[in-house]
Amino acid sequence: MRAGRLLHFLGAMVSQEQNHGLNLDQWLDSYAERANTLSVSEVRALFAVVSRPEVVSLAGGMPYVSALPKELLSQSYETLMASRGNAALQYGSGQGDPVLRDQIRELMALEGITSSVEDLIITTGSQHGLDLLSGLFLDAGDVVLAEAPSYVGAIGIFRHYQAHIEHVFTDDDGMSPEALQESINNLTAQGRKIKFLYLVPNFGNPSGVTLSESRRHQILEICRRHHILVVEDNPYGLLYFDEKPPLALRSHDEDGVIYLGSFSKILAPGFRVGYVLAPPAIRDKMVLANESALLCPSSFSQMMISEYLATADWQKQIDTFRSVYRDRRDAALQALADFLPGVRTTHPRGGFYLWLTLPQGIDSKAMLPLAVKELVAYTPGTAFFGNGTGQGNLRISFSYPTPENIRVGIKRLSTVINLQTELLDTFGPKGA
Amino acid sequence: MVSSDQGDSQKLVIQVLAGGISHERDISLKSARRVADALTEQGATVIMREPDADLLGHIQTDRPDVIWPVLHGASGEDGALRDVLALCGVPFVGATADAARLAWDKPTAKTLVLLAGIQTPKSITLPKTAFKELNAESVMGLILESMTLPLVVKPARSGSAQGATVVREKRDLAQAMIDAYVYCDVAIIEKFIDGVELAVSVIDLGEGAIALPAVEIEAINGDFGFEARYHAGETNYFVPARLDAAVADAAAAIAVEVHQLLGLRHMSRIDMIVDADQNIWFLEANVQPGLTDTSLLPMGILAAGHSLGETYHSIAVAAHKNRG
Repeated sequence: MRAGRLLHFLGAMVSQEQNHGLNLDQWLDSYAERANTLSVSEVRALFAVVSRPEVVSLAGGMPYVSALPKELLSQSYETLMASRGNAALQYGSGQGDPVLRDQIRELMALEGITSSVEDLIITTGSQHGLDLLSGLFLDAGDVVLAEAPSYVGAIGIFRHYQAHIEHVFTDDDGMSPEALQESINNLTAQGRKIKFLYLVPNFGNPSGVTLSESRRHQILEICRRHHILVVEDNPYGLLYFDEKPPLALRSHDEDGVIYLGSFSKILAPGFRVGYVLAPPAIRDKMVLANESALLCPSSFSQMMISEYLATADWQKQIDTFRSVYRDRRDAALQALADFLPGVRTTHPRGGFYLWLTLPQGIDSKAMLPLAVKELVAYTPGTAFFGNGTGQGNLRISFSYPTPENIRVGIKRLSTVINLQTELLDTFGPKGA
Repeated sequence: MVSSDQGDSQKLVIQVLAGGISHERDISLKSARRVADALTEQGATVIMREPDADLLGHIQTDRPDVIWPVLHGASGEDGALRDVLALCGVPFVGATADAARLAWDKPTAKTLVLLAGIQTPKSITLPKTAFKELNAESVMGLILESMTLPLVVKPARSGSAQGATVVREKRDLAQAMIDAYVYCDVAIIEKFIDGVELAVSVIDLGEGAIALPAVEIEAINGDFGFEARYHAGETNYFVPARLDAAVADAAAAIAVEVHQLLGLRHMSRIDMIVDADQNIWFLEANVQPGLTDTSLLPMGILAAGHSLGETYHSIAVAAHKNRG
């Protein structure tokens, strides 16, 4: 707030009823109710230190864009400007560039999906696609079923639409169909309205686990039986380290699955281009919603990606990313085995993340200030639950730091956990 | 404000230090951007820098007339950086290293204030090793026997209420200790005083310290914690505070006295509580008060009828002249 504005408030306050005091947000009574779902936290403030080079950040899920040869993009730019420059700088279709949509079909075919160009919508990152979907489907109090833990960005969106997030037990093979059935039964008995099931089935964020083939079929069957839409968010599916994950859920069900894809992890998040494949009726509403929100996604970004896909060996580039992330995953697992042998971790076969289960009593959110002091950052487990749980877990992202820095960071993390364990030993877990 | 000499209107080059590696890095950056904007509007040339390995080189190349360390938390407020700045020979805003050390360490500040006859809530200060060596359960038992609930547990050296807890039930003491020790190896356990929470800022340009109108804080959810401090809308402020004139005058006098007692310079913020019997209790002194959108010192300046830009510029000029 500029000084003049603060002064204006003070002046207004003095001239008004003294009993009400001065609230620095003079529009407090004007916000929509859903604005109350937005909040800051001390954890967010602590993340300000993550940008410092002294800190090893295992917190953010940032792709290692340094592994992307920039000359490939420079060539794409030159070609684009020469061939379709005016179109790239102009407004475009609300559904997205048809050329890119056609190329995306080829990309999705790698995961077993066949589709029509007509059913694809380009969005500003898949996060935007999820927001559009949530806006179309969620009323306050509606239920979204999600893995336990689930993607923090999705939780933020669902909260913003005032939905209730029901986490379903998830293990090393992904979401449990039995637990899903039980949750549906319970919620149905309570008269709750379940709007959709949200899944990150491949190398999930934050767990790193992959939904098994058999569970994919079981979950689809359960959702079909209960007429529950499935939202399949798949940013990491092509970033496997050894063998491909099972085919996408969407490849087994065209009518009951909305598929979200993204170029953020296989190319670069700076373009902010994602896509949604939806059944026709939903697609029509999404296009209208997209136009209403943005008019159109960025023509420039779409056409840059289109040129890149047309001219560069993008499959080879994805191989490079796989190799980089595999080395980093290995470095992280080795460091955990060396420095934190008592801490349980998932063993992802792709993607960006490890999910750690801490020794009994340690609260990862409460421990974060200590980690900042020791110059290492992670994401507390509580970020990945909509119900306040997850204290006993934390997420490590191995995608961005070098293998050497990952080792340094995990060594520092071991110091932090040991210090916190010592505190708990002194006072008893949770002050018991 | 506040008589900045007209002859001081030369275009100062001011290096604003912001960020640092502390739990309050984000607050520091927010404060510093406000200070930089205000000083720029006054015609100063402002250069923002991180207090990092390149800082001494930057001081040589930037050749600032004055340095303003808008740094919260350790190194910014514990005196360490201020000692280095003094060695550089460039005038800087705020307390000297010695004074900063006294104020930053809450138990030391409380002791000095108490010796001067100013009330401060009864407290004890314990390093975490004391609990480890003397058996935590026994020590906590002794604390709970000798001190009446509720208690406030907070890190001995930290800011922005991080790691601070009001303990209302015996069973919550251990967790409160853990939360405080996450921030600092030493914690204060202090008697909780129920009353009106006040922040009295002091401006000191070398012509005598002046207390700004007291800001009364009423957290909407009852807890003026981290979120309430830095999230507009979470707190109601009363400026000036709803106090009897005599109490307001007494609070102002205490703020000035504490500021002088601890040897602070240019500005400080003294936090207090006024209980139901109108007794004023000193809680802590802030070496580098927050200067964000929602901070208390800027509210005090504006409530006194001054502009932020002119006041900040006057502070920089005073520091440049090595006054205050």
